[in-house]
Amino acid sequence: MLNKIWFWLLLLGILYGFGKAARNSWLESQEAPKAIAVAEGASEETATTVPDRRDLQEMGRDINAAALDAAELAVSICISLIGIMALWLGLLNIAKDAGLVDALARLLSPLMRWLFPEIPDGHPAQGAMLMNISANVLGLDNAATPMGLKAMQELQTLNQHKDTATNAMAMFLAINTSNVTLVPFTIIGYRVAAGSTDPAGQLVPIILVTSVTSIVAIIAVRTLSRLPRYAIAEDSATQDSESREVQ
Amino acid sequence: MDSLQLLMDTVSQWTIPGTILLIILWGAYKKVPMYESFVTGAKEGFTVAVTIIPYLVAILFIIKVFTASGAFDDIKVVGSWVFAQIGLGDYSESLELLPLALTRPLTGGGARGVLLEIFDTQGPDSFLGKTATLMMGSTETTFYIMTVYYGSIQVKKIRHTLPACLIADAAGIITAVVLGYILYG
Repeated sequence: MLNKIWFWLLLLGILYGFGKAARNSWLESQEAPKAIAVAEGASEETATTVPDRRDLQEMGRDINAAALDAAELAVSICISLIGIMALWLGLLNIAKDAGLVDALARLLSPLMRWLFPEIPDGHPAQGAMLMNISANVLGLDNAATPMGLKAMQELQTLNQHKDTATNAMAMFLAINTSNVTLVPFTIIGYRVAAGSTDPAGQLVPIILVTSVTSIVAIIAVRTLSRLPRYAIAEDSATQDSESREVQ
Repeated sequence: MDSLQLLMDTVSQWTIPGTILLIILWGAYKKVPMYESFVTGAKEGFTVAVTIIPYLVAILFIIKVFTASGAFDDIKVVGSWVFAQIGLGDYSESLELLPLALTRPLTGGGARGVLLEIFDTQGPDSFLGKTATLMMGSTETTFYIMTVYYGSIQVKKIRHTLPACLIADAAGIITAVVLGYILYG
């Protein structure tokens, strides 16, 4: 899908720019005095809404510059990112070696029992999900994904309809996509690379927004799972009564 | 409001030093060879930063060209008109964040490109730069995670997962913009 978006956005951008500039050039040659008068009138009224009157040469130059600018910007950002990423992943490696992930997992386990009532206590799925969520909280993205996939496999062993998602799977994914992170260090890195004077000043607001996202995700999963249209297809009666008992 | 903002800012500034302190104290308690462990991790950081260069060039390239053509400016003109019609004319500036809101659930690399483009043109410390940071920091690449996680165990009927995740994403984006206006607007 990304391939198609890439192609179409690029094609649209170049053709739109060409079309727009060609129209501008044509208008200019047709009614040059009038266009200038309109442009002057507009700049007197409001400076903010100056109409785009680039002609063909100017548009071509702008698109060239944009393409080359993109290449240069990407490299300069990544160069400044090297140091920051090295620093943070270095610190996180100490945390990993010190077993901070396991400590956090122990801290979060009561919450897990509430979120996943269907999973029996001590089941391997519980441990894998705990490790995945703890790694996410610490910002260890590379470590989180393998543990997340392991968790999905363990959840699948408890699944009676192998091609259908269980409530626990939906909850696990919703928590994963709501992105609970204590220190979103990569974003701080991008801010530093972009020359911010206050790269870390938004950590508390980010956590506030993330909390809202997570709470909404949990409520949405719980509520939608009870709707008949999202019920598990065949002989769901036994499963329903089971989940009601647990809740 | 001012004292709340001051408190939030102070806690924000101390989150990283606090985390570092926690890590090294825990490491010392568990007798981790810290210097070696740090260097091992830091090598990975170098690789991460360098390997994203090709992806970033590809994404920034299309964004920059699309923006330079003036197409996005014209979309914003239409968007501001719609905002004015529904009585939100004062908030039409937030339309600059629409590309980020649309790419964020689809692709991590794409959203990163859009974020860096906003930083490049608006500045990371502007209202838009800060609100974009909130948006980026509080949502995830929903579709990517769902594809990989469900794909790995061949689950095809995902039931309420998609609507639930999209509701959460929308809530995150709206909260980010509202909080952005309250704090930095």
